[in-house]
Parts: sequence; structure tokens; C-alpha cells
Amino acid sequence: MSRADVVESARPVSPLWTFGLLRNELTTTFRRWRTLALLAVLAGVPVLVGIAVKIETGDGSSPGGGGGGGGPAFISQITNNGLFLVFTALAATLPFFLPMAIGVVAGDAIAGEANAGTLRYLLVSPAGRTRLLLTKYATVVLFCLAATLVVAVSALTVGALLFPLGDLTTISGTHISFAEGLGRALLIALVVAASLIGVAALGLFVSTLTNSGIAAMATTVGLLITVQILDQIPQLHALQPYFFSHYWLSFADLMREPVYWDDLAKNLGLQALYAAVFGSAAWARFTTKDITA
Amino acid sequence: MAPYASDENTTAGEGDEQRSGRRKAARYVVPVTVVGVAAATIGLVPALADSGDPDLPKITAQQLIEKIAKSDVQQLSGTVKISTDLGLPDLGGLESSLMSGAASPDEGGSSADPTSKLTELASGTHTLRVALDGPEKQKLSLLENAAEYSVVHNGKDVWGYDSKSNEVYHGTAAQGPEHEKEQPPATPKDFAEEALKAVDDTTSVTVDGTAQVAGRDAYKLLIKPKQSGSTVGAITVAVDAKTGTPLKFTLTPAGGGAAVVDAGFTQVSFDRPAASTFDFTPPKGAKVTEEKVTEEKAIEEKASAGAGAREHAEHAPKAGEDLGKGFGGLDGMKTLGEGWNAIAVLDTGGEGVPSGKAGGDLGGFMNSLGDKVTGKFGSGTVFSTRLVNALITDDGKVYVGAVTKDALVKAADAGK
Repeated sequence: MSRADVVESARPVSPLWTFGLLRNELTTTFRRWRTLALLAVLAGVPVLVGIAVKIETGDGSSPGGGGGGGGPAFISQITNNGLFLVFTALAATLPFFLPMAIGVVAGDAIAGEANAGTLRYLLVSPAGRTRLLLTKYATVVLFCLAATLVVAVSALTVGALLFPLGDLTTISGTHISFAEGLGRALLIALVVAASLIGVAALGLFVSTLTNSGIAAMATTVGLLITVQILDQIPQLHALQPYFFSHYWLSFADLMREPVYWDDLAKNLGLQALYAAVFGSAAWARFTTKDITA
Repeated sequence: MAPYASDENTTAGEGDEQRSGRRKAARYVVPVTVVGVAAATIGLVPALADSGDPDLPKITAQQLIEKIAKSDVQQLSGTVKISTDLGLPDLGGLESSLMSGAASPDEGGSSADPTSKLTELASGTHTLRVALDGPEKQKLSLLENAAEYSVVHNGKDVWGYDSKSNEVYHGTAAQGPEHEKEQPPATPKDFAEEALKAVDDTTSVTVDGTAQVAGRDAYKLLIKPKQSGSTVGAITVAVDAKTGTPLKFTLTPAGGGAAVVDAGFTQVSFDRPAASTFDFTPPKGAKVTEEKVTEEKAIEEKASAGAGAREHAEHAPKAGEDLGKGFGGLDGMKTLGEGWNAIAVLDTGGEGVPSGKAGGDLGGFMNSLGDKVTGKFGSGTVFSTRLVNALITDDGKVYVGAVTKDALVKAADAGK
């Protein structure tokens, strides 16, 4: 729906210019100390998990407290195959660390500019509000991908250093080669990144509502926590399939043989719906609001 | 976009403001429309996809039952959704602690043991995957959150693999097929076979139209008890029109409400599953538990050998509550009545189970779950679920059946 607006732009703007805007946004975002700190925390999680599992299993015992199967998914398989650390790390960071990082970046996207007084200068340039919003959203989505890949690459490195690699067993009990395992790990990372675009759109919408970057970040992260808590309350089971976090852990279905697509499809559909609803709400808000700062 | 944007910043005058206010509001129509379209899609697509009952040639109940019996599907793979609502009291954590307490001392507590694992099916909604390739190769997987529990039967090996705890259970050859039977039924076919075993002159069997199950045309077979007093309302089996394979099994209680057991394919294919599906080698580092045939297990096997569909339901509380041992250890089991109203009578010879030996806090807790009843037989406690009721008299007799409370009391009175 917002495409139409891009076309409707008064002055013809070369696509290169849009690309320049996006590149500009990306360098600004990824150069911030805040962003780098977030990525460092995300990279640290697999290191912690890997070292903890290594120490715990140093005496030959199995992780996860024996037959209990506690802890994040796949944790009991890490000692046998370092590749599983990728899945464990993503399962451990997806409920909170990753969306929190997205919430911070997305919440800051518009409100941060308004807060710093740079928003109106951005709008003075021949960008147009819709285009600026799309650029901001693209930046946040690319950050989702970058954050997920940081976790995955860090986990793979730690896994390769601390544990053996090789052919792996899917959770259905069948064997796949290491190359196919790596392929699935990449696919899982992409699915995890895609799982976050709903939160990204929500954060962007919140960001258009306020002129305070901190307020937008806090609201987004607060919403995230609230939804996660509501998702645990059994009485709300009728609503839960519509919570953006409900199908997040379905990425594990990619490790079944054959892959069980039902929940994965539901997850991606739900994320697309959230992106469409909150993206268009952000557009409605941002293109009509008075920019005073 | 640009003119609008600059327009807003330089707006002056009443008329302009009103116009821009209206235009502002109009923009919010977009997200609202998206929500509306999504809601409509979610609401309508299932209704549209349900393209009505398929037109199939008429068939009698007898022909349909023969079709099921003749059905010789050797290759099959699919996804089964199974919901069970036995109306068991929600024991929560207590149930599992009792279970692990009962299971671990003599069985090594492997979470990959099929018998302990598949009793989970007795409550809630589960997604299963089944794959068959001839009598030698079967696989049944229980899909869990980010984990899976699989039982693979390939030739002379039976493997159970719990990916959550990375534990493997290994059973051997000769026990293979028997083993399968011992497990609670999971596929619609298992359920249908159990139900058809119960068909005799106390049962009415009719063909109740057609339906679409997992994208295939199917006949609906309706099985109903003729006698009153049974808690079973009706059993519906959807049978694939082409292959005669039962695709969906629904058991509704006489008391109304949601189905007690609802098991059906959501996706099914009659092609040969990939051979690798049935290949299983224990993953590196997995804890492997070899099957041990303990005496208790042998008795349990014997007890469940003569099982019907009702026995399955009975099996569940048995494993869940500690009553299991009391039931399993008995050989003086009699049956009263026939057909759907059959009642199993056990004589524990001692005191009533809940108030007696189990004793202490557990006894009191068990009593709080049941209702006190009195009759000519004396007094006792009735434990009810939505399907199976059990009367435990104070002199230690146990009456169990898929019948109403009154029928149990009547049976107890008659037994006196």
C-alpha cells in the first residue's frame, strides 16, 4: 500500500538516492555504540552457553540434568555435535535477547531522531516521509538479520572450538550430513530473523507515537515482555495463536525429518500480518503527524 | 508525498485544518482494513475450504466394515492430530511425580521407554507422525516443542528415541509386533480396530454420510451402543473411500460435550516413505537403555492383551495414579454384563484401595476426588471420568466400566 506513495513522490528521485539513504541509515545505526554493545551481548550468549555446557559435562555427565531435558531446546546434544550450539543459542536468545535488541533499535528509529532534533532536517531533504519510514524499517529488518547471524556465527565458532563437529541426528532420529546440517542452520537463522519482523514493525509504530526515544524503546520491550507472559497463561489459549511470539520456537521444526511446515508457515504468516498492520499504522501516523522537532 | 508533507507544515486556516484532519483519519483506514481482511481470511478460508461432503456411491455398513477389514495398506505416511479429554482430575505436577516414582526404581527411568512415554497421549492435544512400510517397518513420532519422541520398528529392532533428553531405548526382535500392540492406540486405524472388536448385537452400526478428511473422500461409519447405561454416546469412524483406511476416529460421550477421543489424519499419503525414515542408529553420546522384561511388565502385558477401546482409557489413569500396581497385580478379574455395559470386577481382597493401604495423605487426596455412594452392597467410593467410572467398595472390590454410576451401583448390588 505504501508503494503507491513512493511513486506519487513529487520530484523524480533516482533509486540510487534511496539506496544512499539506506546506506546512510545503516552506517549510522551500526556505528552507534549502543548497537555494537547489543551485538556484543548477543555474541556473548553462545559463548556462555558453550562454556557452561563444556564445564558441566567435563566429567562425562550429560547436560540438562540427565533425563530431565531441562534448559533450552537441543542443549543435550551439544556435547556430541557443536552445530547444535547454534540451535541452542538461537532458542535461548529468541525469547528475549534478540527481540529486546530489535525493540531498542526499532523504538529508536523515528523517536530517536525526533529526540535529537534531526528528524526535520531529514524531512527537508527530498526523501518524503513514506520513503524515510520504509528506509527506517528496512534498516531495522537488516538489523534483525545481522543480530541473528551474529548469534549463529558466534555459536558456530564456539561450537567448533569446544565440541566435535560431524554428521548430525535430527530430532526425528534420522541422520543428515554435516553440510546439510549447516544448510539447515542457515535456514533456521533466516527463519529466526524473519520471526522478528513483527516486533520490528511494532517497535517502529511505537516509535512514531512519541518524541522520546527512551519511551519508545521501553514501551516496545514492555509490550514484548507482556505478550510473552500472556502467552504462558493457559486461560488465554484462544488468543495465543495471534501473539507474535507464539510460534517463535517453531524454527525447531526445521530439524525434523521430514520438516513439519505447519507451524513454520503459521509463524511466517503471522509475522507478515504484524508487519502489514503495524507497518501501515506507522505509515498512517508518521505521514500525518506534525513534526516539531 | 513531498507536497503533502510540506503542505502539512505550512497549513493555515480552518477549512484546511478540517480537510487535513479528515485525511489524517483516512490514513488509519489502511491498518484497520488490513486487520479486517486478515480476520475475514482467518474466519472464511476454513469455511470455504470445507467444500461440502463429497458425493460417493451408496454403501451399506456391512460393506464398509468389510472394506476396512480387506484394507491392505502397506505404505502410508501422514500426520495425525489426537485430542483426548477423559475428564481426569488435573493432577498437574503430582501426576508426574507419582509416575516417575512408580517407574524409575524398576525400569531405570529412561525417558525413552515407549510405555511410559506414550501414556502422555492420554490427555491433551498431540501431533503425531506415522510412517508404515510393510509389517517390518513402522515409525511413530510424537511431536513436542522443539523435540520429538520416536518409536521406530525396523526388522528385529524396536528403538525409542527421545530427542529432548537424548536418550535411546532399545527393544528386541521377537517382541517387536507384540510391543506395538501393547502401546496405547494412536492412529485412527488402531482406534477403529478396537472399536470394531466391540461390535456385536448390542451395537448399531450405520453409514452416516460422507466427509472430507485430510483432503480425501471418506465414508462415515457411526457406531452406537443399543443399550442404555453406557457412557459411550457414539463412535464415528471416517473411512477412506479408496483404500478403506480409517482416517478419523471420534468418540463422543453420552453425556454430551466435546469428544473424549478425537484422532484424525490432517495429512496423509499412501506413497512409500523414504527408506531412511526407518534407519535408526543411536546418536553419539546418547544414553541407551536396553529393554528389561520385568515380572510386573509381563503381567501388565497380559492384562492389556484382552483390551478394548475402553481399556485404553482405563490404561491412562492406571499409569497416572498409583492405582496401576493394584490393578496390574491382580489376576482374579471377572467381567459382568456384555457388550458396551461390561463391567470389570476386581477383588483386591483387602481394604478399599484409597482409604486403606495407600493411606496417609494420598488416601485422603484420593477420597476427595471420588464420591461416596452407598447401596445394598455396603458403601464405597465412585471415581468418575467422562468415559470410565470406577466404584471401589469399602470391602475392597473394584468395579470398572464405561458405564454410568448407577449401572456400577446396580452391578455391585447384584454381585452381593
